[in-house]
Amino acid sequence: MAAGDVEFGEGQTSATTGLSGTGSVTGRADSHAADNPPRLEVCGLSKAFPGILASDRVDLRVAPGEIHALLGENGAGKSTLVRMIYGVLQPDAGEILWDGRAVRIGDPRAARSLGIALVFQHFALFEAMTVLENIALGMDQPGERAALAERVRVLSAGYGLALDPRRDVHGLSVGERQRIEVVRCLLQNPRLLIMDEPTSVLTPQEIERLFETLRQVAREGCSILYISHKLDEIKTLCDRATILRGGRVVAECDPAAESARSLAQLMIGAELKTVKRRTGGELGGLRLTVDGLDLDTEDLHGMDLRGVSFSVRAGEIFGIAGVAGNGQRELEFALSGERWAGRDDAVLVDGQPAGHLDAGGRRRLGLGCVPEGRRGHGAVPTMDLIENAILSGHGPMGLLSSIFIKGGAARRFAEDVLTAFDVRAAGPKASAGSLSGGNLQKFIVGREILQSPGVLIVSQPTWGVDAGAAAAIHQALADLAAAGAAVIVISQDLDELLEITDRLAVIDRGILSRPIATAQASIEEIGLLMGGIHGPAGVSTGPGDSGHAV
Amino acid sequence: MNPESAVLVMLTVMSAATPLLFAALGELVTEKAGVLNLGVEGMMLAGAVSGFAVTVTSGSATLGILCAALGGAAMALAFGVLTLTLAANQVATGLALTIFGVGLSALAGSGFVGMPVMPLPKLAVPGLSDIPVFGPLVFGHDALVYLALLATGGIGWFLAHTRAGLILRAVGESHESAHAIGYSVIRVRYLAVLFGGTMSGLGGAFMSLSYTPMWAEEMTAGRGWIALALVVFASWRPGRVLLGAYLFGGVTILQLHAQGVGGLGIPSQVLSMLPYLATIAVLTIIAAGPWRGRLDAPACLGQAFRPPK
Repeated sequence: MAAGDVEFGEGQTSATTGLSGTGSVTGRADSHAADNPPRLEVCGLSKAFPGILASDRVDLRVAPGEIHALLGENGAGKSTLVRMIYGVLQPDAGEILWDGRAVRIGDPRAARSLGIALVFQHFALFEAMTVLENIALGMDQPGERAALAERVRVLSAGYGLALDPRRDVHGLSVGERQRIEVVRCLLQNPRLLIMDEPTSVLTPQEIERLFETLRQVAREGCSILYISHKLDEIKTLCDRATILRGGRVVAECDPAAESARSLAQLMIGAELKTVKRRTGGELGGLRLTVDGLDLDTEDLHGMDLRGVSFSVRAGEIFGIAGVAGNGQRELEFALSGERWAGRDDAVLVDGQPAGHLDAGGRRRLGLGCVPEGRRGHGAVPTMDLIENAILSGHGPMGLLSSIFIKGGAARRFAEDVLTAFDVRAAGPKASAGSLSGGNLQKFIVGREILQSPGVLIVSQPTWGVDAGAAAAIHQALADLAAAGAAVIVISQDLDELLEITDRLAVIDRGILSRPIATAQASIEEIGLLMGGIHGPAGVSTGPGDSGHAV
Repeated sequence: MNPESAVLVMLTVMSAATPLLFAALGELVTEKAGVLNLGVEGMMLAGAVSGFAVTVTSGSATLGILCAALGGAAMALAFGVLTLTLAANQVATGLALTIFGVGLSALAGSGFVGMPVMPLPKLAVPGLSDIPVFGPLVFGHDALVYLALLATGGIGWFLAHTRAGLILRAVGESHESAHAIGYSVIRVRYLAVLFGGTMSGLGGAFMSLSYTPMWAEEMTAGRGWIALALVVFASWRPGRVLLGAYLFGGVTILQLHAQGVGGLGIPSQVLSMLPYLATIAVLTIIAAGPWRGRLDAPACLGQAFRPPK
């Protein structure tokens, strides 16, 4: 990263490691003397927030037509860097060069007029509006409505991104939503496309299709800055990678020449742990039984559950795979007690009927839950971590004496969670809403696990959580199971389910498939089970989905 | 009822509906941008008193109406500074605005109580206005009635078919997304709030210059609140606001006539309650009915937005 030339030798890998990224600003002045300046060059960009230097003299260069990875953990400064490039934030120091010329990017509009397009990690979409309206909102000159609709149709067909401009966004899957963002960007003929964690919620088939599109876009000369912490994807897709840690560039390398492991270690700055499962242990008795669970959804765009049955034994981790919106939310509610499960005996916890109990009642039977919705379901954002710890932990942790809260005990419990799960927060008095998504997730998972539940329902345990933290959460779930709990993991991340579960089943349109032993499952097979609708174009998939094919 | 009195009733219904229509349309635009301004009543009163005072003093109703619009907008500006720039709670600020408007208008209007004013002139198209039934119904109103009707169509078209309307709805739907894309949430909301104040002011002017051409304290008598309810009733659609306004106008006139014919043995106070009872009934039915969850309320309604630094 330090050298001023545009081309890097293939053999040069992770040359500049270590924490002192300080010497890296050398040689900048002569760097764009070359005939072919990089599309984007970032020199010594710094940005400080109160208490943290989010971006510390970061250098980055992206060549025309290059797919460049920006790799780093949560809090490494990826988002800050991207927001400075897109004009959402203004850097404190450093400069941005576009085609070799220094530019000041005052707002997103200025970024767009240069040809920078951004696909947001949390999509900037409007639920109650149509696909076309959403696309028009993201463009500076959308033109006439019918003409735009036609352009959307032509472009989305050209890139294999099936999209109906007339549909409302709220009925669309995550993959389809992302296509809106991508199409919105491509319509403006970008010269640099920034993808911020694009695959965290996609099925394998959707990811494959996205990569096809990105490669096509890059072949046409558009540079792509691809932000992720998924190392396999970066190895498959990207030409070069810049690795950030703690706001600094720690390495620049050719990801194909690195192993996923070495990349991870650069990213984390420490040895990556693999999840250790106890092997050959006997499973215990049934801890959770779900029997013929039918549940009508309350959500306008939800999915009714029909005849969901499965059981989980002590010591077992059971996975539920599926594309979002196929009944996961309803299942989570029915299991956690957020909704009644219809019949008393539709849900049995340690043999006791629990279907009629609310979440508190089920907690008393030893069933804990980490809901998918972190803010609002898993934690109250405006309350501090101690209060949030009391909300679910008051019973098992003995935080109440009659009607009073034991303040000291509650504080100790919250502190234990922070320490045991390495939650980065300003202390137990920090509000839950002030934590980053990954840290809040670690807090919620930790809060439930430290209560030693007999049954734990975890929905999307590692959404938006970086590799190091994800490994820690996985290990904690494995340890909990090893201690005799039944763990149910609802996740869209197949790699995660394949890594940690013993058995898994797929939920599709509210119906749960027969469980299969994870050791015998292949990612393609599960992907097809879960992804009828979103299978690659041309591949014949589930019934009744042809309307979505290109 | 003979045709002549039926026409008369229709005319009065349209009159009774017009202030509601103005205020509700303004509030609809405000709410579509994600701002809940409960100060409609206060802004209407500000408009009513400014319109009346200026008309009486200057003798020009046109000037009066303009000042009424400005009066409403000035109140809305105060609301905007508090809730948008300073991110104060919208509900509390809106309530305060109403209370403030009641007091301020009473103070400003104290010298004008009991003074006469010429009601706004009715449109009189020679020939056309004399057609029986049709003539007075279509051509027998003052300019504000037509303005309110034009505004209904105009706002509907603006929201559905213009880029500015699209951006306004986007800001109300998700201010974070709108900000991320690069729209100025605060500026859009200021404009929407000011428009809401202007419309409320016009509604107030119609009250004091046409409906009951005089000034009295609290003369809007809760119409601001009915207008707020109308927006929900209409599920944020201008066409339905029109329908709702005429419906409530009808209930208002109905109770007046029922009182006139001896009240059918019902105490007049109960009859006076009718429009308000109807408001509560309609809101309850909407909230409990099968439409629950699909009222199309703007998703960010009532939420303060602080742009991230």
